[in-house]
Parts: sequence; structure tokens; C-alpha cells
Amino acid sequence: MASLDRVARSLLLTEIVSGMALTLKYFFKKKVTLNYPFERGPLGPRFKGEHALRRYPNGEERCIACKLCEAVCPAQAITIEAEPREDGSRRTTRYDIDMTKCIYCGLCEEACPVDAIVEGPNMEFAAETREELIFTKEKLLDNGDRWEPILAERLRLDAPYR
Amino acid sequence: MDFFFTHPLGILILTVVKALALLVPLLVGVAYLTYAERKVLAAMQLRKGPNVVGPFGLFQPFADAIKMLMKETIVPTGANRVLFLLAPMLTFALAMIAWAVIPVNDGWAIADINVGILYLFAISSLGVYGVIIAGWASNSKYAFLGAMRSAAQMVSYEVSMGFVIVTVLLCVGSLNLTEIVRAQSTIWFAIPLFPMFVIFFISTLAETNRAPFDLPEGESELVAGFFVEYSSMSFALFFLGEYANMILMSALTTILFLGGWLPPIDIAPFNWVPGPVWFVAKICLCLFTFIWVRATFPRYRYDQLMRLGWKVFLPLSLGWLVLTAFVLKLAGWLPA
Repeated sequence: MASLDRVARSLLLTEIVSGMALTLKYFFKKKVTLNYPFERGPLGPRFKGEHALRRYPNGEERCIACKLCEAVCPAQAITIEAEPREDGSRRTTRYDIDMTKCIYCGLCEEACPVDAIVEGPNMEFAAETREELIFTKEKLLDNGDRWEPILAERLRLDAPYR
Repeated sequence: MDFFFTHPLGILILTVVKALALLVPLLVGVAYLTYAERKVLAAMQLRKGPNVVGPFGLFQPFADAIKMLMKETIVPTGANRVLFLLAPMLTFALAMIAWAVIPVNDGWAIADINVGILYLFAISSLGVYGVIIAGWASNSKYAFLGAMRSAAQMVSYEVSMGFVIVTVLLCVGSLNLTEIVRAQSTIWFAIPLFPMFVIFFISTLAETNRAPFDLPEGESELVAGFFVEYSSMSFALFFLGEYANMILMSALTTILFLGGWLPPIDIAPFNWVPGPVWFVAKICLCLFTFIWVRATFPRYRYDQLMRLGWKVFLPLSLGWLVLTAFVLKLAGWLPA
């Protein structure tokens, strides 16, 4: 009886027909395509995109050259050189991130005691040469100035979970 | 006017014009079939498909064609140059000349010959040569394996297709395609011969190397099958030939089972619509089903494919052929 059932099912193509009914149902469903550069999906406040070095509201750069980020970076993408400034405070003279090495793990922002290095929401910084992807201190500070309102808001939203 | 029907030159000109009137819409149809395939597949996978080039992406086929033509034609060093370049032309030409006998409307065939169905069958069998020559001339193991698979598959499924066609011919009593359609004015053969219709449709899937029987180009094991080594225009010819064959097989299904240019019911609103519109609509329905099947089923394993062809379809179609013959003879319905 079971074999008869199986033969009948394969001869009458019941499973093939039910499979095709399913695809036909999907044919009329609403499509999920996002027309990317014109439509965008939501980004969470923890999204790890392009790096930025932030400043205090008075314009003083936050980074104190503790080199925790350099030490924690698993890809060894960060290079920091530091020496005391004229006023005696400890600051970086060089802060490079090789974006071709970076794996966007976010450990640098986790390690930072002063929230200086952060990963922002920007992910559209593709470049045509490698040189353009080696971010210097100026570039990172410039990113920080440009994205500061959004960066501060993201940190505020994420603070309760840290 | 007499010039076109009596003078040899006039007949030649008339035939060329007729052929162009058929082939130009056919090639546009092929171009838009590729677009339709991408759109339908996308829709069934909850995507939108091409929608950037022109309104709703309607110019996508032309963009693809221009891109294809701009590419360099690469002939592998080990390849047999003559055969390598001949194979795509052969495939394309065969896909085109088969259309000579297809009646688009009552009497609208370029060559309304009495052995139309035999001619179609012969041409579709010749299609294997394009594939084998391509696989052989490429001098590449993937191409060769793909060609072998393709040849074996097409030959296997032609056997059961042949029996299905013979069943239809028994009901019609003529090999002329126009006669086959006229014989369906009372009822389409898809209804009394429904199992044959299903077998024929599945066999056409295998015959045109379409999913789920697209083993010759199984990209997971053979990269692209028999046309791995092809590029540019020679690749485009294979591509065009393959899609023209799909349309041809849909036209054949329409003529044999779905009543060609005949309306579904011969009453007022339906028979106002001209025959070619019905013909094209039925072909589109078949083509949609081709794509629909592709979106639904995974590829067959090769031994399963062969088992289906030889151990299921062959006995089924042969049995149904004998049954049909008996019914026709005993009920006295045999056509004169």
C-alpha cells in the first residue's frame, strides 16, 4: 500500500505541483529589494564603520596616546607615536590606521578610556589606491569633526548597554 | 503583384521578407526572454531583478548585447579554429531555420510543408551537433564532459518525445503542422492526451538543457559545460540559440497540445482576438512555465535524469501510444 501511495504520488506529480504552487505564491509577494544608493536599511548605534578621532567640546583632542588601541588591535593596523606637547600634556604625534588591514572588530573603541577613537556609521569610503586608505591623524580628526553630532548621539544611545 | 508569386526572383524576395518578418520579432523575443527570465526568477526569490537600465530595466537586454559585442573573441590555442567558430553558428542557424515551418496563424507559415513535424524533429536532433562540435573543438575537459552529457541527454529524451509526437499524429492523421492545429478546433490535445502533454513538456525541458535538467552546464562541476571556452559573439550565438530553442519548443508544445492560434473557446469575445495573438500568448505561458520550473527545482543527478528518460518516460509514452491507437481504432475515431 505504501509503495502504491509512493508511485501514485510520483506519477501524479503532487510534490512537483505543490512546489510550483509555493514559488507562484512567492512570485506575487512583496519584494524585499532595497534600491541601495537611494534607499538604505537602518543602522544600529553600534555599527562599526569608518574610524574617527573625537575632540572635547572646547576643541582639545581626546586622545592621550595611551596606546591601548594599538596594543589591542588584532590586525595591528594602528601605529602611534607620542611625545609631550609644549604645555606638558601627553599627545600623539602620529596616529595612523591602515584601513586595508583593519578588520572592523571595534576593539580599539572598546579599549579607549576617553572615547577618542570610535567607529562611525560611514561605510562608503572606498578608494582607488592603497595610499588613500592609510588614514593619518589629520584625516581621523577631520572625520571626527565631520561626524561629531552623530557620533555623540550613537555613544549616548549605546551607553546603557556598556 | 504576379511578380512575387510566379517569377523566381519575386518568390525569393517574398520569402526573404517573410523570413525577416518572423525572425526579427523572434530575436527581439529572445532578447526579452532573457530579461523576463531574470525578472521572473527575481520575483520568485523576492527580489526586483534588473530595474536600472531604462524604465523597469527594459533596456537591459540591449545593454547586455552591447557589452557582449565589445568583448574580445578568444580562441584557445589548443582549439580547432574552424570547428570552434563553426559550432556556435551551427547552433544559432539551426535554432533559426526550424522556424520555417511554424504556423503562426492559419496559413501563416513560411514553408507549409506536409512533413513539418518531421522537419522540426530532424532540426532539433541536429542541434546536438552544435553542442558536440563545441565541446570537441574547445579541447578542454570541462567542455568535452559537458558536450557528452548534453548529447546523451538530448538523444535520450528525443526518444520519448518521438512517441509523444506519434501519439498526436495518430489523432490528427497528418504531419502538417497547420493540419495538427486545425484538428484541435473541437478540443485541444492537452485535455484528452494530458499525460502525454506533461511528458512532452518535461522532455522539452531536458531537450533544451533547461533546469532542472541543465546538467550539461552544471556550473558546480563543469564551470559552464560545453561553452566554457567561448566568449564574446560566439558565446552570444550559443546564448541566442539556446533561448531561441526554448521559444521553438514552446511553439511546438503550443502547436501539438494547446491548439496553436485557436482561441480557448470559439465564442464571441475570444474569437475576436487575432490568431497570432493567441499563438504568442500561449508561447509566453509555456516560457513562463519554463522559468517557473527553473525557479522551483534543484538540478537532477545524472543517473536520475537517465532513469527518468529511459525507465519512466519511455515506457509511459509507449504504453500511452498503444492505448491511444487502440481507443482510436475501437471507437472508430481514426482520422481518414
